[in-house]
Amino acid sequence: MSRSLRFAPLVLLILVVVALVWRLATPADTTVSSKLAGKQVPMFQLAAGVSSKPGLASGDLATGSPRLLNIFASWCVPCISEVKVLQGLKSRGVAIDGIAVRDRPQDIAEFLARNGDPYQRIGSDVQSQVQIALGSSGVPESFIIDGKGTIRYQHIGPIEPSDVPLILAKLERAR
Amino acid sequence: MKGLTIIAALLFAQPAFADSDLPPAYWANRQLPNARQEAEAEALMEELRCLVCQGQSIADSDAELAGDMRDLVRRRIAAGERPAQVRSWLVQRYGSWISYRPTAEFAAWPLWLAPLALLFAGALLIRGRIKAKS
Repeated sequence: MSRSLRFAPLVLLILVVVALVWRLATPADTTVSSKLAGKQVPMFQLAAGVSSKPGLASGDLATGSPRLLNIFASWCVPCISEVKVLQGLKSRGVAIDGIAVRDRPQDIAEFLARNGDPYQRIGSDVQSQVQIALGSSGVPESFIIDGKGTIRYQHIGPIEPSDVPLILAKLERAR
Repeated sequence: MKGLTIIAALLFAQPAFADSDLPPAYWANRQLPNARQEAEAEALMEELRCLVCQGQSIADSDAELAGDMRDLVRRRIAAGERPAQVRSWLVQRYGSWISYRPTAEFAAWPLWLAPLALLFAGALLIRGRIKAKS
């Protein structure tokens, strides 16, 4: 065996170790984004999540002006702090609809009473079927939908106060 | 005493589950009455990736969303859809990421070519050895 080839295993080992250290230092992105961005909202019809508000159907999202569709749940901890940010968006004139995933009316009502209620309509998605149809993989997630019912932007995870300018800009671009 | 109180408190501590209180979907953990359809659904569920426990199939995962996806798969198969249709419906939403079955797309070419390349390299190696001996 030639001299240079003798060190091949060592070089291979170093390469593998470098690759492993690099992956440990910069973990892979595990968020799964919806492939429906730029496409029409899939057809759906959801019963009302709370008795005081109407339910939500895909037709309700194409109203001529952009809307924010928020996927949340009363059992979702990050949703609690997100609602306050949504309240702020609502006070700036953003129209917000909600889809409550795997939830009960009394639990949703309690969640809204405790944390605030920025929603115009709330649909109840008991078996996550609309969530899956939208290509969403968890709560909370938000979609910006333009006046024609086309999905323009997906926000994965809670909308933090620092995300507000981005969301407002995306809503403006969807106009 | 303080230490004991803390230990006692820890004993009764509840982990904060990020799960709902609702029961699993009807077809999440129930087999379809039609054996052929159940076999088709089962085979498909083995090849669909769980969105929560990434790295597990929805057939293996205990996540609620995986249960809801099993329900969706069984419902659609029971309604007469082909497994390939259900798979492509999900791929439209989540990308080829959701399916474990490798496709023929460009990014997957190394996967198909690697065995051939390794076989070729092995053949070369053996040829070299035989030549060296004789």
